[in-house]
Amino acid sequence: MTALLEVRDLRVTIGSTAAVRGTSITVNKGETHCLVGESGCGKSISALSVMGLLPRGSKRETTTLRFAGEEIGSFGEKQMERLRGDRMAMIFQEPMTSLNPAYTVGSQMTEVLRRHRGTPRAQAVDRAAELLARVGITAPGLRLGQYPHQLSGGLRQRVMIAMALMCDPELLIADEPTTALDVTVQAQILRLLATLQKELGLGILLITHDLGVVARIADRVSVMYAGEVVESAPTAALFAAPEHPYTRGLLTCVPVPGKVRRDEPLGSIPGVVPRVSPGFTGCGFRDRCSQAHAACSGTIPRQTVSDGHELLCTLAPGWVAREAA
Amino acid sequence: MLRFFLRRFAVAVAVALTVLTLAFLLTRVSGDLAISIAGPNATAEDVEAIRIAYGLNRPLWVQYFDWLGRAVQGDFGESYFFRDRVSNLIATRMPVTLTLGFVGLAVALVVSLPLGILAAVREGSWVDRLVGLVAMIGQAMPSFWLGLVLMIVFGLQLAWLPISGNDEWQGYIMPGVVLAFSAIPSLTRLTRSGMIEALASDYIRTARAKGLTRLSILVKHGFRNAAIPVVSIAAVQLGFMLGGSVVIETIFALHGVGYLAWESISKNDFPVVQAVVLVLAIIYIGLTLLADLLNAVLDPRLRTA
Amino acid sequence: MPTTRGAKLLRNPGFVIGATIVGLAAIIAILAPWIVPYDPFVIDLDRRLVPPSFMEGGDPRNFLGTDQLGRDYFSRLIYGTRISMVIGVLTVITSGLIGITMGVLGGFYGGKIDDAVVFAITTRLSIPAVLVALAVAALRGSSFLLVVLVLGFLLWDRFAVVARSTTMQIRNLDYVSAAWCAGASQWWVLSREVLPNIATHLAVVATLEMALAILLEAALSFLGLGVPPPLPSWGLMISEAKEYMFFSPWVIMIPGAALFILVLGVNFLGDALRDMMGTDLSR
Repeated sequence: MTALLEVRDLRVTIGSTAAVRGTSITVNKGETHCLVGESGCGKSISALSVMGLLPRGSKRETTTLRFAGEEIGSFGEKQMERLRGDRMAMIFQEPMTSLNPAYTVGSQMTEVLRRHRGTPRAQAVDRAAELLARVGITAPGLRLGQYPHQLSGGLRQRVMIAMALMCDPELLIADEPTTALDVTVQAQILRLLATLQKELGLGILLITHDLGVVARIADRVSVMYAGEVVESAPTAALFAAPEHPYTRGLLTCVPVPGKVRRDEPLGSIPGVVPRVSPGFTGCGFRDRCSQAHAACSGTIPRQTVSDGHELLCTLAPGWVAREAA
Repeated sequence: MLRFFLRRFAVAVAVALTVLTLAFLLTRVSGDLAISIAGPNATAEDVEAIRIAYGLNRPLWVQYFDWLGRAVQGDFGESYFFRDRVSNLIATRMPVTLTLGFVGLAVALVVSLPLGILAAVREGSWVDRLVGLVAMIGQAMPSFWLGLVLMIVFGLQLAWLPISGNDEWQGYIMPGVVLAFSAIPSLTRLTRSGMIEALASDYIRTARAKGLTRLSILVKHGFRNAAIPVVSIAAVQLGFMLGGSVVIETIFALHGVGYLAWESISKNDFPVVQAVVLVLAIIYIGLTLLADLLNAVLDPRLRTA
Repeated sequence: MPTTRGAKLLRNPGFVIGATIVGLAAIIAILAPWIVPYDPFVIDLDRRLVPPSFMEGGDPRNFLGTDQLGRDYFSRLIYGTRISMVIGVLTVITSGLIGITMGVLGGFYGGKIDDAVVFAITTRLSIPAVLVALAVAALRGSSFLLVVLVLGFLLWDRFAVVARSTTMQIRNLDYVSAAWCAGASQWWVLSREVLPNIATHLAVVATLEMALAILLEAALSFLGLGVPPPLPSWGLMISEAKEYMFFSPWVIMIPGAALFILVLGVNFLGDALRDMMGTDLSR
């Protein structure tokens, strides 16, 4: 499988905070890669830095930032502009405010195509209507003429998705696309993303804090904590044999039917994600970790558990089984 | 939406009627009108004759309803000094004042919008602080003094522009610039804060994610939303400018309604003063109504609500 | 934390400039009779329009020269400071009393009372202030007191608008509702919760209105319907000198610059107060 997006050792500092500290993520063609973690762990910042959309006052460093075989880490603003919305697109958490209130859905959708392809208006409108139908919006002709405030949150997110697909992108970055929506709508949007991915062969980088979402649509999961990917594995492997204490902690927070008994309390991880300043060494999770020991304040080794399953921890893979024994 | 406008319109009419009443009271309560009209050298008999001639001997409420009845029909009586219908006087002078107002507004917008946008884009930088300082200076500038200074510099020393009068179109440039100074601070600040708010919004992030050009993001997506409050304030500012035209027109000898009011005040010609106050107030009321309407046109959320 | 707040203000260059200008103006206004080199009302027709001492043809006896009647310009300027400051302060007190009362009543009680207040504000805004002030001055004959009263009765709108909206915000805060529930009287809530909390906002308005009042007084005096001669109001000084301005521009530059600097100082002060409030409210 070829890598569509390859990020190696991404570091982002915003003011005096090290928001991302050496993150590596690979998204293959036609694959959904989920980036999971609590709020403030740096997953949105990682995504934004791939798009070149970091807020003012932030600094990005990376050894590799390769998109479709091309190194884009050194791209200037103009070159990134041409890439964004065309070959890589992004949708956001807040469908209510992510569309411009002053323009119709149609105008905002066709704008993308007109900008990147110079498509004439009439053709762009046809394409927009086609995509609206594709994301499951009935009466697309009517919706094109409407303003964002006339649509529900779920509809707006569908419009955002359709808009992201206008130029047939290879990569779609979705930053918590379902968090702000009702539970039933969440399921619909996820199903839609999964379907689109199969049909269009999209590579999707999906950011979420919801492990339910991960289990449903991810091919691969990376768990982020305090600006680092602490564990990365194919979805099945991660859910079956989580190695990092943080991943294990996360999984005990989610009720699994059949596995968790009715009267058994759900797990929780005490404490909050620390704010890390540049120069911090060691594991960011050590203050909340029940397995922490002296080595955790040193350099943490990156270990391979099995094929495609990586772990950033001082504990040797398989420690869980050994401890149980 | 329609309900909102009917209500707004009813309030506007009520305000207009109140101003009408105040304009009447202004001349009757502030002093004896007959003595003012007769002038300092008049005898008691003269004053009495004037009192009868102008109907000032009737009970106040009779005078009020008589005056109100005529005023709502656009009949403000006759000028004591110009010996002409007040409505005629105002109609012939109004174009000058309106031209001045629009020139002032145009200058104000041409200066304020780019300054405000620039300050917002470079928020917190020295450019932003400089724009803030310019706004502050504009706010502290005494308009009549600025007018005189411009006259000395551009009228006399450089001789680029006529010193006064409105016979040529160039005569509107200096007064227009001076008038604009009064509106530039608030328009610049409003543009700046509106742009800052717009640029920090999620839809700007979306626009960037769509790969739009910087100009398109700034103007089409940012300014379009920041402009909504600016447009309505601009309408209101035009009203204030027309109200402030009396000072500017007097300095530059522009023969508009402000100058007319000034002449009438110095001649104790109160029907004219009353009428000018009224007309300017009603124009202001109309402009605020227009501002609300423009708001609804520009903001789709209001239009279809 | 009044000390840290004060320290923050002192580090704000706008505040330092504004406070210096306004403070100096206040001192000059108070001490005017003792610091003037000459009687500002004494006419000397033999020494008319003498340029300032630092200009060509100037006379060291008259630092800022003399006016068209031979009166010492520097002394008149100093007395003019007094007029501007007194007009500014008295107008703010008058308009503040009217505007704050209306705004607090409307914001606090809401309903019909608030409707009436809003209506009054709307009506006031639609009346062209300068024109009405001129008309009243012409009808009643202008005097110092009249200028203060007319400006006071015309410039209360912003006080009312700000007092009303801030009072509404405070009234709806949770802890104020809690005070109601605990059985606090209206008067207690007004004086203990509302007024102290809207005071800083009103202080900002006061600076804006003071600046506006000083400018308007000068404009009225310039048109001959403000402070009557021979009082040396800066506006009147410009008005009396404007016939000579093409030959000796300094006759209008000096009082105009004084007016501009004083108003700028008041505005700087207001701006610094607003900045301070901005950070204060975000706690």
